[in-house]
Formats: sequence, structure tokens, C-alpha cells
Amino acid sequence: MAKTWEEINARIASGSAVVLTAEEFAAAAADEGVSAAARRVDVVTTGTYGPMCSSGVMINFGHSDPPIKMGEITLNDVPASGGLAAVDTYLGVTEPSRTRGIEYGGAHVIEDLLRGRAVRLRATGPGTDCYPRTEIDTWVTLEDLNQAYFFNPRNAYQNYAVAVNTTDQALYTYLGTLLPRLGNATYCSAGALSPLLNDPTYRTIGVGTRCFVAGAPGYVAWEGTQHNPHPDRDENGVPVRPAGTLAVIADLKQASPEFYSAATFTKYGVSSFMGIGVPIPVLDEDIAATLALTDADLTATIYDYGVQHRSRPSFGTVTYAQLRSGCIEVEGKQVPTGPISSLPVARRIAAELKRWVAEERFTLAPPLQQLPQVGSQSFKPLEVRTGEAI
Amino acid sequence: MPRKRLDLTFPPRQSLKPVIYHLVKDYDLVPNILRAQIHPAQEGRMVLEVTGTKESYAAGVAFLEGQGLTVSEAASDIVLDQEKCVDCGLCTAVCKPDALTLDPEAQTLVFDKDKCVYCEACVIACPRRAITLSF
Ligand code: SF4
Ligand code: SF4
Repeated sequence: MAKTWEEINARIASGSAVVLTAEEFAAAAADEGVSAAARRVDVVTTGTYGPMCSSGVMINFGHSDPPIKMGEITLNDVPASGGLAAVDTYLGVTEPSRTRGIEYGGAHVIEDLLRGRAVRLRATGPGTDCYPRTEIDTWVTLEDLNQAYFFNPRNAYQNYAVAVNTTDQALYTYLGTLLPRLGNATYCSAGALSPLLNDPTYRTIGVGTRCFVAGAPGYVAWEGTQHNPHPDRDENGVPVRPAGTLAVIADLKQASPEFYSAATFTKYGVSSFMGIGVPIPVLDEDIAATLALTDADLTATIYDYGVQHRSRPSFGTVTYAQLRSGCIEVEGKQVPTGPISSLPVARRIAAELKRWVAEERFTLAPPLQQLPQVGSQSFKPLEVRTGEAI
Repeated sequence: MPRKRLDLTFPPRQSLKPVIYHLVKDYDLVPNILRAQIHPAQEGRMVLEVTGTKESYAAGVAFLEGQGLTVSEAASDIVLDQEKCVDCGLCTAVCKPDALTLDPEAQTLVFDKDKCVYCEACVIACPRRAITLSF
């Protein structure tokens, strides 16, 4: 029954493709069986909306008169990189403001730009023969910028940790406030809707995959940083810990604040909710079987964030269905849970992407190059060495 | 019995203990202090929840005013800005009385203000800064 990418794309182009979200597909598979659903459905859409710190935008401001070679650059007092050509910069979402700290950072500048607000650009330069100006202070809007595009080195983590805290003090982490003595557990994944949990071995998602990035059509540009195909996998071949990641690229000018929001984690830092969705072609029954997995089949590993080491002790695994029930058991104790990744927005993303594929003829691109597969590379820690040891 | 929330402002060095005591003893009201900001040398603020009949409530408020306190009804509030909220659910992990929960199906945020004890845990937990306390 195998279908090819070309057959599926032909159906998308003619407007006759059958497209379902991952949740709808799981329900269909439960109803009519995996093989029947695999034959009937062409594309399954996924979505996730969680804080993704490794994100940011590439910007070109255009040249002033006289021109300047920008070195120190700030946007609304948030420093941006001066380490590129004269009027190019990279603004990372986690960069805190010089005046407001983590309550306003790179992510907030990007959200302001997306909402059409003017942003104050200040920069200084060395003054050279070709770029004589040494200072600039002006206002820019998204429309004014020549280019502004997301280039996010690590998004859409394939699974994530469940965080708990066994110490006697509350901890403020990137997974939220962790109450003392196993007072709560937080987790961060769209579960059954999550892009890479629906393609656990990166068969269809690779370099060049067309996807949804914060409301804009974008591409998977490369493997994400920290991409690690190796962690323990369950009997379905799905990782039970953080594993694969994606680097994505998309035009900020086509993005929407509905699918992008700045975030501040108290006593931790700035981040941003990034909406990512990937369409997956139902090529055969193997793919269909993983697409049909539900939150009851997918598991995450519980870690003690009270232990501040690279490898934290684990308390075993739980399913996403248990996490979503609002309470899990850890060490014999009932622990209330709270998500960080928004399921309602993830659902909207999967539904919007479904509309793109079904109605706007958003065709799929087979990978130009595969992401690193199991067995291909090892994931290295950073050792602290001295110069003499080298 | 009706339950009301009061916002009290009281002058420096005013001792509150006897005042609260009288509310219980003479006016038959059950008070519950939700939030207090007391610096001996400055004006103080307190949010007090009282349960009692309509009559005893009116008499109790008159008594408080007679003691030199400024009384207004529930000016302070925990406010959820729906526009900023992204339904991430993180606040539900720190709300002990379950005033903030997720709808089991839609997984959208549900705020039951009656259960709120004004602890402000959600105010610092919300990454969107969508929850604020107006005191
Ligand atoms: S103030 Fe405290 S009780 Fe009220 S909603 Fe927030 S966390 Fe819950
Ligand atoms: S933490 Fe903030 S953004 Fe998230 S659900 Fe609660 S109020 Fe909404």
C-alpha cells in the first residue's frame, strides 16, 4: 500500500489530499484500524508551542547616510550581536535588557516587532574610511527592515524531562517553579502532537522539510543543536528522554504573534513560546503506526532538578496521559503536575497546518539530507580543562 | 452565609489584633486574612475576607470605620489578562488551592476566583506575566 511523496504531493496540488491532525489520526486509527487509516489518509499534521530558548532573528537594517559599521547594537536596550557585517545582526531571544533585566529581553523585542511596534535601535561603530559614522539612534519597525528571519538553532525537542524537586527549597528553573519536597512536577511537550515524537527515527523530517514556524511557512535548516538520536527508546522506538532537535528558518514578516510569545521565567531568564508544526506524509503502515500513538503510549522520564549535576537522578518514567491527568506518583507520593507547553495552541497549530496542506496546497518536501540517525554521532559533554592539559 | 472581601487601610501604629478580635466576638463575623502589608511606622494595608450575615457585616464595617480604618470592598484582586495568557498551564503547578486548573478536555486555563487565597505564587510563575495583583 506504500505511497510515494510524489503521489501525495499530486493529491495536495489537486486539492484532494486527506489531511488529519495527529490527534485526529490516532482517533481514526483506533476506529478503523491502522492499515485502513494508513490507506485513507495522506498527511498528518503536528504542532507544539513551548518555550524554546535557542531561537532568534537575523536582521539587516539597511544603510544610514553616512553609513555606519555597527559594533555595539541594542534594540530597546537589548544587546544584539555586532559580530556580523556592517548592518547585519543576530538577536537572540534570551538576551536580557540592560535596563529591565529578564522582564524584557530579545524575545520581547521580537514580539514587539511582530505586533507592528516601533523599536529603538542604537548602535556605535569604530568609524572607518568606508563607514565614517560612529553613532546612530533611531526607530525601526518590522516593515522597515530589509530582512528579518527566524534562525532558530534548536527547536521542537523530541520529548523532554519531567522536573521534580526533592530539596527543602523552591527552585526557579526553565521548567518553572519547582516546589520543595516533591511539591509538584512540570513537563514540557505536546506529547502525541509533538512533531518529532510522530517521526521518532527522522524518516520524513530532515534538512529541507517544509514546516510551520510561528505562523510562517519555513524550513528545517539543519539538525538542531544538541540533536542526540541515542537516548533510551521504548518498544515503539520512541525516545523516553530529550533526543532529536531541529534548526528552523522562516520569515519573521510572515509570522504571527498568535504563534509567538515572549516569556520570562522568574530567577531564570528570558525565553519565547515558539509555534512549530511539521506535516508528515503517511507513506506506509510503519509510519502510520507511530502516528497513531497517543499520550497513553508516550512516556517521559522524571528527573530530580534538586541535584545540580549534568546527570540528574531519575525517578523512572510516566506516560503523557498520566501527566495530563494532573497528578502522578513519585516515590510513593501523589504529586500534582503542570505543563509548560500549551496544548490548546499546539492544537491550533496542527489545525492551521492542516488547513495549509488541505486548502492552500502546501506541498511536502522530502529531506534533501537526513538528520543524524541512531548510531551516527555521539553526544559530547563539555569538559572543563586548563590550558596546560591541552 | 455571604462572604465578602474587604480592603482595609489603617493608620501607622494602629493595633489590628483587638479590631479583628471584636469582629469575631461582637459582630459574629468570621475573618480570614488573605494578605497584609504592615510596617509599624507607615500606613498599613490588609485584604480581609469576612463571612457573616448582611446585618453583622454592615455593623462590622461601621465598627472598623469608627476605629479610623478606611474600608473598601475588594479593591485588590488577582487579575488574569486573557490576551496575554497562552494556556501553557504552568501557573496550575503552583496554585495549591486549585483556583487555577486546566479544563480536562480543552486543556485551557480555568480560574475559580472563589478558591484563590492571594498567595501570589502564580504571579511570579507565569512566564507571560499575565497574572497580576492589584492591591
Ligand atoms: S494567588 Fe495563589 S491561590 Fe490565587 S490563583 Fe494565584 S496561586 Fe492560586
Ligand atoms: S502561566 Fe500564565 S500564560 Fe500560562 S496558563 Fe497560567 S496565566 Fe496563562
